[in-house]
Amino acid sequence: MTKLAPVLSAHWDEKDSFTLEGYKRHGGYTASAKALTMDPDAIIQLVKDSGLRGRGGAGFPTGMKWGFIPQGDNKDHYLVVNADESEPGTCKDTPLLMANPHVLIEGCIIACHAIRAKHAFIYIRGEVTHVVRRVNQAIQDAYAAGILGNGVDVVLHIGAGAYICGEETALLDSLEGFRGQPRLRPPFPAIAGLYARPTVVNNVESIASVPAIIKNGAEWYQSMGTEKSKGTTLYSLSGHVVNPGQFEAPLGITLREILDLAGGVRPGHTLKFWTPGGSSTPLFTDAHLDVPLDYEGVAAAGSMLGTKALQIFDETTCVVRAVLRWTEFYKHESCGKCTPCREGTWWLVQILRDLEAGKGTEADLAKLLDLCDNIMGRSFCALGDGATSPITSSIKYFRDEYIAHLTQGGCPFDPVASTLFAGAGA
Amino acid sequence: MAYTDEDFQIMDSIIKRYPRPRSAIMPLLHYVQSKAGYVTNEGIEVIAKVLELEAAEVTAVSTFYTQYKPTPVGEYHVGVCTNTLCAVMGGDAIFDSLKDHLGIGNDEVTADGKVSLEHIECNAACDYAPVVMANWEFYDNQTVESAKELVDSMRAGNPKPPTRGPNRLVTYKEASAVLAGLNDGLAHEGVQAGEPTLLGLKLSKEGK
Repeated sequence: MTKLAPVLSAHWDEKDSFTLEGYKRHGGYTASAKALTMDPDAIIQLVKDSGLRGRGGAGFPTGMKWGFIPQGDNKDHYLVVNADESEPGTCKDTPLLMANPHVLIEGCIIACHAIRAKHAFIYIRGEVTHVVRRVNQAIQDAYAAGILGNGVDVVLHIGAGAYICGEETALLDSLEGFRGQPRLRPPFPAIAGLYARPTVVNNVESIASVPAIIKNGAEWYQSMGTEKSKGTTLYSLSGHVVNPGQFEAPLGITLREILDLAGGVRPGHTLKFWTPGGSSTPLFTDAHLDVPLDYEGVAAAGSMLGTKALQIFDETTCVVRAVLRWTEFYKHESCGKCTPCREGTWWLVQILRDLEAGKGTEADLAKLLDLCDNIMGRSFCALGDGATSPITSSIKYFRDEYIAHLTQGGCPFDPVASTLFAGAGA
Repeated sequence: MAYTDEDFQIMDSIIKRYPRPRSAIMPLLHYVQSKAGYVTNEGIEVIAKVLELEAAEVTAVSTFYTQYKPTPVGEYHVGVCTNTLCAVMGGDAIFDSLKDHLGIGNDEVTADGKVSLEHIECNAACDYAPVVMANWEFYDNQTVESAKELVDSMRAGNPKPPTRGPNRLVTYKEASAVLAGLNDGLAHEGVQAGEPTLLGLKLSKEGK
């Protein structure tokens, strides 16, 4: 049985965890003080040695990303923190920033020192007013205490409701004051990022993990997790479970273990399908309960660890309805720059709407898969790729359910049965 | 609505946050919404002037982002998450019942100007599903009944406070000022975390 290992979440249960005082009580800002006495290259090496990988979905080694920044180039360098948490199911950075914004600021100071940047930007989504307040206040308090402003400046940039801005190059365009549309790579942000300057873009959880690594060392971090997926991470459990919530555990814990901790699927029901890392990661079923939830384990089973957003759906849920809704989301959020994604997501929605209403034919399933094939890998960014994941995986595991919509001329499920308040007068 | 010297000073301070002025376009759009409740043509012109851009360039940015509203929203803008997980767990039922209850559709405002309604995408609170947002503050674990009570309290002029947020619900304009990066001094109010956020930590302390 894997034991939970709260590091990021260790002090979230203290009422003032979000204040400077509350953060300092547990050694806050001692790691940045220590880092500022270290050689920047030594910090990069330490983060490489720790095995920390990007927690925003792709799992790219954080230290290696930092190492890509050219040194001695006499250019401004930038750190940009991606706090535009919007992937359906993903809900880890938002509670982290509400409970402890200072750990991110401390991580920014360390990362800026390592990559020789003087400026960090935190790009937070705009639909979380109170989290914006907390982060803004923490930045102001850090300035007032002389923690910021002596070599590192942190600017909070607030988004305005565009999922695509979670994609790092779209985020940079947005931060420069344009429509948030992805850029063709190369050049990568490490060479030409914000204002065409060398830029590191990291997820909130990645940067927030750095202070503890500086404090406790690479070996300590390495001691947790699996062979290639080191450390602890936040798993976010939601959906048809008795107790949803955040579970910080070493990488490699399984859904079976997390479900045990959460009291299991809601009483009287069984697990039908789930996402390991948000809606852009191919669906899993009850056959995948023992897949180690690390980067390699999930990939080997045909999906992606993504953001570790474990969305649980029980047998009352219509998979066609679920997939249609996600597809409508991708259609709405496609930025329109690349034709396969812009046009393809509209086609996907039209066909799925027909299928859900029982109006399609079996040939539509082949057409869906063909469309997915023509969207996948054919655009500047991965939004279109993500849109195909729920479709291809659901057809793979639940083809019969699609067919049942056609033979019955409509959805065989009662949507009331899947609500939380089913039977409570809904 | 005329922009005062003070408004221009605030906009100037927003521009000065960034190495390049154009980066300020998004917070300035939030600021315009804090003055007018939506993105007015006048606001577009003012931003274009202070950033030395064409109005069309500002409009092009404004229309890309769904939080910038081309028409007035209510004093309390209510968003019901109808992305898959919230929808399945009750978001669809909540959204339908609020449309009925308020007599308005998606992206519409009640005649008294108090409440507007929008179906929204995932708002990063899935462990609190079904989620309703008002002026982008969290109302967690909603039901059809609790959501109706929430909008009734808004129309009565005494809105229920957010679940995880300040002690009172600020207006849409006030929230827009926060999103422009202005500090309203309410960061210390409200819980640091809700129960689901703390579940893993609690179990860990029990030896799990």
